[in-house]
Amino acid sequence: MKLRELIELYNLELKSTAESLDADVTRAYAGDILSDVMAHATEGSLWITLQTHANIVPVALLKSLAGIVLVNGGQPENDTLAKANNEKVPILTTRLTAFEIIGRLYKLGIRA
Amino acid sequence: MAVTVSRFDKTLEILFELKVGDAMKKDVITISPDDTMAKLNEEMSTHRLSGLPVIAGESLVGIISISDLIAWLMEGGRDATIKERMVKNPQCLYTDQPLIHAIKRFDQLGYGRFPVLDRENGKLVGIITKGDIIMGTLQKLEKEYSEEEVRQYRASHFFQDINAEQVDLSLTFSIIGKNFDHAGAASTTMKKNLKRLGIQPDIIRRVAIASYEAEMNVVIYTDGGAMKFNVNNEKITILVEDRGPGIKSIEMAMQEGYTTAEPWVKEMGFGAGMGLPNIKKCSDVMDIKSTVGVGTTVNIEILIAGVDHEA
Repeated sequence: MKLRELIELYNLELKSTAESLDADVTRAYAGDILSDVMAHATEGSLWITLQTHANIVPVALLKSLAGIVLVNGGQPENDTLAKANNEKVPILTTRLTAFEIIGRLYKLGIRA
Repeated sequence: MAVTVSRFDKTLEILFELKVGDAMKKDVITISPDDTMAKLNEEMSTHRLSGLPVIAGESLVGIISISDLIAWLMEGGRDATIKERMVKNPQCLYTDQPLIHAIKRFDQLGYGRFPVLDRENGKLVGIITKGDIIMGTLQKLEKEYSEEEVRQYRASHFFQDINAEQVDLSLTFSIIGKNFDHAGAASTTMKKNLKRLGIQPDIIRRVAIASYEAEMNVVIYTDGGAMKFNVNNEKITILVEDRGPGIKSIEMAMQEGYTTAEPWVKEMGFGAGMGLPNIKKCSDVMDIKSTVGVGTTVNIEILIAGVDHEA
């Protein structure tokens, strides 16, 4: 499913500019430890995390991730958004907990 | 990132990027309000025009089109001046407006052309029709397409085009210690460079992980340093040097989960004791030399089988 369709379906809030939303998301990875994400996330994955600081953007870029979902109502810091917009990395937020959003994505057929 | 940009998206982007001033015709044939309709008839057939701005002195006072001419002829074509038949206070566009705005105006008003004014002085500087918009957009698309072709050619043929027994490309980045604002910049820039060089995706993935972890170690634990990448036909070497404080026990540092990071660093998701083990997993050669109080040098090598011709 395309990222823009996921946004619609789960009422995710798009925080970055509306770019790179046509990527087909079939995989996802959840984690708050950046080295863990660096080691285990696969290319094109949607990343579910609690981290909101700007250092998540280089991780997404280096791993060619489809986008980052900040959970629990977490809001991206200003420089996170600035970097994300610059590099066209979609940043989304949800009020749901990590467990809840991951469960929904799993039910949709998205796997690690 | 798996981004698919369709040609349509690209066209829209161009319509936002290109300004009315870029696509308009600059040599405008105008007519005076005191000229006769007979003169308009002449001008239109000589220059094959379907509409002319009406200029008095230096200001635009109206526009007159072929439909006005036809209406006048239908009514018998009696002597008349332009000012009697023209449309006064015409709708205009400005040179600095994006083309997408011009398209909307064409749609809304159904006109065949708009006079274009300079916003600063309000003077007529051009005229634009739908045809001009199409031509302007196509020319820009063609230009971008050929630039992209040249860029891709350059990138993927870099190693084939450079003739030498040995090609060595060195790129150095400095890293600021304890500064998380630019953390990851060297690695992300290098990833882009490697893509341009046509290095295979799986090699790029390994370099990305190894260089990111090495860069973050310098940011998190040291007073700063530098990362030097060397690319040749056989391997990519990453040499990371920092100015201290040095590692007490390299053996312990290599163990997964061992960390000396401060709590606030851990809260950011760093310092989980995975950095060096991650580098080890991604590299073919990894050497660490460290002197407490002086600094650490990490040498990482990732072998490349060949250059990806598809890239």
